[in-house]
Amino acid sequence: MRREKVGAPEDFRVRQLKARDMLRGDLQGQDLDDYVESRVLTTTLDKAVDWARGNSLFPATFGLACCAIEMMSIVGARMDIARFGFEAFRASPRQADMLIMSGRVSIKMAPILRRIYDQMLEPKWAIAMGACCSSQGIFNNYAIVPADKFMPVDVHVPGCPPRPESLMHGILKLRAQIQKDPSLGWRTRYGAEQTVEVLPAEGEALVAQAKAVNVARGGENQIA
Amino acid sequence: MSTLEPGTQAAPGAKSPYRRMEDSIDIATMEQPLAVFAGDEAEHELLTLNMGPHHPATHGVLRLLVTLDGEVVQDLKPIIGYVHTGIEKTCEDKSYWKAIPAVERMDYLSYYFNAHAYCGAVETLLDCEVPKRGQYLRVIHLELNRIKSHLVWLGTSALDLGAMSVWWYCFREREKILDLFEMSSGARMHTRYIQVGGVIEDIPAGFEAKLRGFLADMPNRIDQYGDLLTRNEILLNRLRNVCPLDEQTLLSLGVTGPLLRAAGNPWDLRKAMPYSSYEDFDFKIPVGTVGDNYDRYVVRLQEMRESLKIIEQALDGLPEGPHITTDRKIALPPRHELATSMEALIHHFKLVTEGFRVPPGEVYYPVESPRGELGCFVRSDGSSKPARVHMRDPSFVNLQAIAPMVQGNYIADLIATLAMLDPVLGGVDR
Repeated sequence: MRREKVGAPEDFRVRQLKARDMLRGDLQGQDLDDYVESRVLTTTLDKAVDWARGNSLFPATFGLACCAIEMMSIVGARMDIARFGFEAFRASPRQADMLIMSGRVSIKMAPILRRIYDQMLEPKWAIAMGACCSSQGIFNNYAIVPADKFMPVDVHVPGCPPRPESLMHGILKLRAQIQKDPSLGWRTRYGAEQTVEVLPAEGEALVAQAKAVNVARGGENQIA
Repeated sequence: MSTLEPGTQAAPGAKSPYRRMEDSIDIATMEQPLAVFAGDEAEHELLTLNMGPHHPATHGVLRLLVTLDGEVVQDLKPIIGYVHTGIEKTCEDKSYWKAIPAVERMDYLSYYFNAHAYCGAVETLLDCEVPKRGQYLRVIHLELNRIKSHLVWLGTSALDLGAMSVWWYCFREREKILDLFEMSSGARMHTRYIQVGGVIEDIPAGFEAKLRGFLADMPNRIDQYGDLLTRNEILLNRLRNVCPLDEQTLLSLGVTGPLLRAAGNPWDLRKAMPYSSYEDFDFKIPVGTVGDNYDRYVVRLQEMRESLKIIEQALDGLPEGPHITTDRKIALPPRHELATSMEALIHHFKLVTEGFRVPPGEVYYPVESPRGELGCFVRSDGSSKPARVHMRDPSFVNLQAIAPMVQGNYIADLIATLAMLDPVLGGVDR
């Protein structure tokens, strides 16, 4: 898009009169074509929607551990995430569309986290903040689960904990992804689109169908 | 209280059906039909409310099962373990000096204290003397950490009470402290600055000037927080005479730190059992009189001022000398020695690959963290890895006091009390 320098006041008056004529329906033929060419920006609806979505992410207020403190500080005066329009942290997952998993996810917490993610409305995105949540970090032990194991993650932010700048960079990367590649190719590939809340009974059936191990049940009900 | 319990009459000594249901942590089994109110004689219906683990006001992933009679809290049961990380077990798998980063991540608001409690315990086992400069540098960073921890507490607590702007001011000053941490250690959080035998590096050029600037600035900032809150009508109504707990009950529950001091007991390990040269500094222990939420708030606010005094004295009296022990069997040799000294190279190799061995024994080393007595128990079997590392985390012990504090009070006061209790769930669950 090229911005023309606004001309003299008389030009402004001319354009104002033209706009009035256009609204009245008096503008026709070549004049109308010229007017549309100079005044209207065309795009597809999808692109406009993606642009708006990428710029108005509502993160869920959800802190797990150390990273949560750094997540809070991106709202603070120094980083000020409000510059980009992501400052409206929502306490209810129903109102949020970005889940920042800030910290270590224990086996006890993972089902709850998944449930919160399922409760969020589409379109939704998830950021795994910090090493624990992405790869277990220094706690490579019995207690911690990496987020990829139980839910789709769009962006991983490395660090232990990541600086607020890193998280900001991650969020901006997510914005670029939403605006540039809204189809989220990898999600289609893994069938992770339109994730829904699975009720316990249905979940058991799915587990049986997939011949999977229900890790939430401590491995005791392994389905062969 | 028995009139409040609905349902059939239970046998003496046995639990009523309701209480049995309450024992379960599964909320689904507790759902009951609402009572039919037909006049004053209608029986009371208790409501069991689940708060958390994802709740913005629980300061972490704490889950509370609250039994409500109307708006009054009858009983409360904290359910913990949602950030259990297995840190104590992880430590057993690492050599002594490599366990420090794992320990630091427990109580994530006071990482210097975690590291100090652990390193202090290992130093006691090793019988290793920390040089005076190392001790003073530790004190400077510990007290900066205390202020930082209290700032996060003040900001989030004020947010819980509806005061939004205080949070912004607190986090502004927090960034300044983190800048100082970054200057001395290279990281904002989990700095791994405190090592067994001292601190990893001496403070860099310009650190002192920046710290002095902070020390000059901070008292005014604390005044500003006080101006916003201390005589604020809303805050006074929400905190004063709300959920007090007397000294004896607190002591019997093992509560320490600002909560105990707010009840009038001046117990502070920095005075009672000085470590790391705290006996060199002149500072006061702020105590409360009533032990209510307001006292808890005022005590912490005052503690920040005292911490500033300690930092100033430590900076003025910072002795010359090494910042870490010169015992090459414990601390890494300076980098420049590696190029010239074969012995230093061997020590370096030995420390990095195996780590130092610690004589068998066990030790408990307590320090005064921003939340109370943080003690580290280390048992050594003579190898280069600890046989057991256990932390007595003040958040875990203090959390016991939440039920006696809020019983019989409104649920809104529960939020305020939890904020003033200041538990850090990373420390509770470890």
